[in-house]
Amino acid sequence: MRLEELWEQLEARLATWGRTHSPWAVHFNSGSCNGCDIEILATITPRYDLERFGVKIQGSPRHADILVCTGPVTRQARERLLRIYEQMPSPKFVLAVGTCAISGGVFQGCYNVVGRVDAVIPVDMYVPGCPPRPEAIIDGILKLLEKAQAEGVAT
Amino acid sequence: MPSERFVIPIGPQHPALKEPGHFEFSVEGERVTGATVRLGYAHRGIEKACEERNWVQSLYLLERICGICSHIHTTAYCLGVERLAGVEVPPRAQAIRVLIAELERVHSHLLWLGVAAHEAGFDTLFMYSWRDRETVMDVLEGLTGNRVNYSANVLGGVKYDLDEARAETIRKGVDYLEARTYYYLELVVHDPVFVQRTRGIGTVTREQAEWLGLVGPAARASNVARDLRVESPYAAYDLFPVQMVLETAGDLEARVSVRLKELFESYRVIRTILDKLPTGEIKGRMPKKVREGETVSRVEAPRGELFYFIKSNGTDKAERVKVRTPTLCNLAPMMTLAIGHQLADMPMLLAGVDPCFSCNDRSIVVRNAQEAETRWTWEQLRRYGIEVYKCKR
Repeated sequence: MRLEELWEQLEARLATWGRTHSPWAVHFNSGSCNGCDIEILATITPRYDLERFGVKIQGSPRHADILVCTGPVTRQARERLLRIYEQMPSPKFVLAVGTCAISGGVFQGCYNVVGRVDAVIPVDMYVPGCPPRPEAIIDGILKLLEKAQAEGVAT
Repeated sequence: MPSERFVIPIGPQHPALKEPGHFEFSVEGERVTGATVRLGYAHRGIEKACEERNWVQSLYLLERICGICSHIHTTAYCLGVERLAGVEVPPRAQAIRVLIAELERVHSHLLWLGVAAHEAGFDTLFMYSWRDRETVMDVLEGLTGNRVNYSANVLGGVKYDLDEARAETIRKGVDYLEARTYYYLELVVHDPVFVQRTRGIGTVTREQAEWLGLVGPAARASNVARDLRVESPYAAYDLFPVQMVLETAGDLEARVSVRLKELFESYRVIRTILDKLPTGEIKGRMPKKVREGETVSRVEAPRGELFYFIKSNGTDKAERVKVRTPTLCNLAPMMTLAIGHQLADMPMLLAGVDPCFSCNDRSIVVRNAQEAETRWTWEQLRRYGIEVYKCKR
């Protein structure tokens, strides 16, 4: 009995270690101005190099652990954002990048804008800025991973 | 054997472009037989929102139409509003506007080179060009304090001045980038793998380009002389003239080399401005209310002609702001040209016009000539939006 418990604990720790040391991220622009998107892309380029932390930005939501969201959510993109979130396997995390994703920014109240990202899907970490610097985005992802590590992401 | 038709949907979330756009390619084997695009994922209703904001607030909203060419949007808007208000902009301010616009062009073209290389499967070039792009980002950050939305323009002039020390750092950055651009130009013409993906692909003849209405570098690659900086110089382009860069081949390779050769022109203009910067004020006095009237403002964005129509009714708010961005002019012709190409060439063909969907997603109301003119209110538009996309939750 004790041995089984120990084994489960070890398994959980191993899963958490694996998940927080090589998370894959998928990026979705739900109506952003491109400013945040080019800064996210800049994080994977040589000066900032996000991949040294084991984070890889790739295309498919089905392989992703972190959803990086930019922009206010427009009415047309809302369904797509929900679908992408639902396609991601659990455990999953959402990072809202930029003022628009946090609050709607300058587009608050526009007729075709639903609003901030957390009005549509739950968000785990927010990175403010218009647009945030690549360093800030990296910091946001690392803080998210620290949080995940502390809480454990075995399931 | 009957040929099999198959439809491949791509997007709006896709690995290639970082922006939402939905494409559908119908294919026969590997050959594309039809292509459609569905836009509007980034439609936010900025033009209508401008009618609710005063002239200064609209400036910051319009800057966020596009994060890549934010400065050129505000330049077009400022030039239009200043013309309506009859405000004289100091020559130093106009020169700084052009300086930042050219630096922005450098950043945008290098960004595009990286994205195009990535689409071609040449990720090393993507990393190289984005590493070098950081040089111009540093220059822009040093000049304006922000890497992307610089907000350098204000109505009546610019916000930031530059001194000799700053000019020297810009010169150093430009020298470095010029050396690198020679290397890239050499590389994209001689690297056999890259050339295989670009030479003779997506060819647009001069007649086609004129007929389909291509703009910007995509048109200049087909030997169509369209460049507003040359044709109708705005801001300080009459003081610092630009040479038009033209190519004759009209294929993807020509589109790459037009953009790279334009960079040399930008470097030259930047150096001339730094050497001969007019002295004086950087901001004129701007009235709060703008007198009644309407104007058209056209500027050359990195992707082509950017068009603003601004109408004032004499208050502190615009009555109508209409934006026409270059991507829409370029995207529709590409959907026509896609037919007959290999499916594998589609990402390159799309990237070849440097699409920018956040610029692109505007809405238009089409009415019959018989119908009475109607104006949509904010509430009507909001309700229409909800109806169209049927929000369930």
